[in-house]
Amino acid sequence: MLQCKQAARLLSQAQDTPLNLAQRWQLRLHLSLCDRCRHFQRQLGFMRRAARAAARLGSSDIVS
Amino acid sequence: MPVCSTDLESHRPALLRYALFRLPDRALAQDAVQDTFIAALEKPESFSGEAALGTWLTAILKHKILDMQRKLRRETTPTDDWEEDLSDLDTLFDHTGHWGSDAPRSWGKPEAALQDQQFWSVFEECSQRMSKRSALVFALREVHEMEIEQIGQQLEITAAHCSVLLYRARSSLRLCLEKNWFGGAR
Repeated sequence: MLQCKQAARLLSQAQDTPLNLAQRWQLRLHLSLCDRCRHFQRQLGFMRRAARAAARLGSSDIVS
Repeated sequence: MPVCSTDLESHRPALLRYALFRLPDRALAQDAVQDTFIAALEKPESFSGEAALGTWLTAILKHKILDMQRKLRRETTPTDDWEEDLSDLDTLFDHTGHWGSDAPRSWGKPEAALQDQQFWSVFEECSQRMSKRSALVFALREVHEMEIEQIGQQLEITAAHCSVLLYRARSSLRLCLEKNWFGGAR
């Protein structure tokens, strides 16, 4: 069973490269039991969207 | 078409924001904007007047940023935080490998924050707290959407190093946003 420490690392990795089957299974099991890591996973996705939105905001005059 | 410095000044906040998310720190971003203004004042003839002034300035700024990023890649040498060592992140977890006191909490519906100007100042502030190298890798990956292999090649580090820097950047940003925006009553 994965520890949160390993799960968090894998969740970050999954943002950049596809995980292998074993990693995906372990992660899925862990996430089904751990709401903190589920929060972490959602937050990673949000931060990516925010970084892109920030870059877009910066290129327009909406925010001054 | 004449360009005057007061016109330029009105574009400074937007240009600075654009630069901040593409360069690892505020000082560099300010330099890039300043260089843009200098270039604009030196070569007003290249402004046709057909494009909006802001668009023209952003185009110049883009080149300045690319130059700086190129320079940064050459200058950044492998030191402390290039290491694959993640022990600095161990404090996030207890000895059993579970989240410690800074465990991720629910952010509710975070998308609403994207409409909030105050959120962006917190986001900017938090982005500046990462190490320069982490911030550079984070920008290349999340904003420029480069693959980690490409980033690794450009910075002459392994994809594994790159992945570690990204993990560190994300953890730092996450914690900062949770403490300063999503934490507490929000």
